[in-house]
Amino acid sequence: MSTLNPVEPLLRSDRLPHIWCPGCGIGITINCFARALIESKIDLDSVAVVSGIGCSGRVAGYVNLDSFHTTHGRAIPFATGLKLANPKLEVIVYSGDGDLSAIGGNHLIHAARRNIDLKVICVNNLTYAMTGGQSAPTTPEHAVSATSPYGTFEPPFNLPHLVEAAGAVYIARWTTFHVRQLTRAMSEIFKKKGFSFIEVLSPCPTLYQRRNKMGDGLDTMKFYKEKSRIRHGAPTSEVGLTLNGEIIVGKFVDRDRPDYASLMRAQYVEALGDRYVECRETTCN
Amino acid sequence: MKADPQAVLTGTHFLDGDKACCEGAIAAGARFAAGYPITPATEIVERFASRIPSVGGTFIQMEDELAASIVLQGAVWGGAKAFTVTSGPGFSLMMEHIGYAAMTETPCVFVDVQRGGPSTGLPTLPAQADMMQARWGSHGDYEIIALCPNSPQECFDLTIRAFNLAEEFRAPVMFMMDEVVGHMTEKVVIPAADQIEITPRRFTHRSKFEYLPYGTNGDMVPDFVPTGQGYKFHMTGLTHDERGYPNMTPQAQDQLVRRLQKKIRAAAARITFFEEEGTENAEVIVISYGITSRVAQRAVELGRARGLKIGKFRLITAWPFPDEQIRRLALHAKALVVPELNLGQMVREVERAAAGLCPVISVPHAGGGVHRTDDILSALVEVMP
Repeated sequence: MSTLNPVEPLLRSDRLPHIWCPGCGIGITINCFARALIESKIDLDSVAVVSGIGCSGRVAGYVNLDSFHTTHGRAIPFATGLKLANPKLEVIVYSGDGDLSAIGGNHLIHAARRNIDLKVICVNNLTYAMTGGQSAPTTPEHAVSATSPYGTFEPPFNLPHLVEAAGAVYIARWTTFHVRQLTRAMSEIFKKKGFSFIEVLSPCPTLYQRRNKMGDGLDTMKFYKEKSRIRHGAPTSEVGLTLNGEIIVGKFVDRDRPDYASLMRAQYVEALGDRYVECRETTCN
Repeated sequence: MKADPQAVLTGTHFLDGDKACCEGAIAAGARFAAGYPITPATEIVERFASRIPSVGGTFIQMEDELAASIVLQGAVWGGAKAFTVTSGPGFSLMMEHIGYAAMTETPCVFVDVQRGGPSTGLPTLPAQADMMQARWGSHGDYEIIALCPNSPQECFDLTIRAFNLAEEFRAPVMFMMDEVVGHMTEKVVIPAADQIEITPRRFTHRSKFEYLPYGTNGDMVPDFVPTGQGYKFHMTGLTHDERGYPNMTPQAQDQLVRRLQKKIRAAAARITFFEEEGTENAEVIVISYGITSRVAQRAVELGRARGLKIGKFRLITAWPFPDEQIRRLALHAKALVVPELNLGQMVREVERAAAGLCPVISVPHAGGGVHRTDDILSALVEVMP
């Protein structure tokens, strides 16, 4: 048994090989996620992974857990329903930057505002990779993409700043170069109650790096190593990303406020007293 | 199984259709509702928000109808019975997730209290113009079930039926009300809980080693899997095989999409509910549904008082469409007359089912009100042989 890779039981080996390109960073994030699950000693039966659409949206299909591959942008509201109906589940939303911040942007900020007890892992490759490398709300200014052949000019989202303003209780950013730190962050969010958000910068050598003459997967790792600066607690207003500039990584926010279910219960108890009936764990079996 | 006595509001009430629909949902076991404010449907979830904390369940007001139509499906996979309510503009936004529910076989109920359209249209006034959207609104091939109540009492009774059908077929069920039925107040009798039959979710009895999430046992409807019990299952809106794994082959597509269609079509005779009266010797038959059937009723009475042989047929199930029944009517009637609050939607289905056996006359109304009785009566008189 010593030859068995410790993460193997957490993967659907019968679905391999996966669809991702050589040099893609999504697999690295899954390795970190699997190790975080092992390290946190969480009951794997209680973990559910919900993904949207896109390259990162395929994560749900490869993890050996209860897993849901939903519609484009709607992983967060699906996960919200799953968590509220079955509060014992640990619900992970695992998806990409386009899925979560463009088509799903409205749900991202509202789930953070409500402080739904969800753990969101946002794999940010700065582009729409599945469809051929179009511009995303995260694409740095002046980067070339399939739909911005002369360079983008739209200012991008600074995701940590966005979700902090919306109310997230835990916010960190790492790159796929920072596997130990990323694994630690992924274990930490299992201890948090409320809306947690980890942004993982991840290479897309096939579309983003190639078009922007930034080399292959290995070159991107060197880029991440050289450009990253760890600044825990950095004001999120200062962590915006640029095409070739510094990448601020670290744990930016770690705070506590009551989550949606606690607020709901408290309000109903105050208003209804004995007439309030606690939601049963599952209601129709 | 029987309804939960703690949840059922047994007694004789004076309720509008929206509130009766909510009571039907609660009686049926719905413990999760999501909504986004929209006229004339909001009253359903307003009542749910008021009632459910004392029953044990969750109401959440979402940021839009896209979210409302998918949060409820998360709740279903979490173990709840769930629904959402909306009207035309919101129904348009929900279309993608009706297809998702059909593809992933997620039992749930979508209530559409129809108002005039297109676009913002007539927010406070009735129409029946979403009937084809209910059938065909999401992309791709799928079969759908849609029910049409014509009174507050039916809003209660048929909402229960809608939830039961959703569970039986693991499919989304459309509950097609209209503004008048939603807002009219009438007597609603809510029976004792032990008189209300509820279809429970059919969870698998197989162990996680032999269970296939989309494996069927001959009846075309797969058993459900509980989340959080170690099954480690996968579900996806991609074309998938019996394991729930994506499969991008024409063979997998053919097998899956045909089954999704067949599981409902094969049961059509059992789930097409209708009301029929005086059709045997009728020369002309009025075919209607929802609020229009109440107006048509008056036209039938006035016509019969003049000695005309008029029959009436009311669609309670709009989808699957009652092809066989309509063909039978067309065989001996001189004409079929179809009034509806749109410019001619279900009349096309009547024409298709009648297949040229007799003339089919449309009596359209663009919405914003109901037909004048005379409009329907004069159409009947006109086609009388």
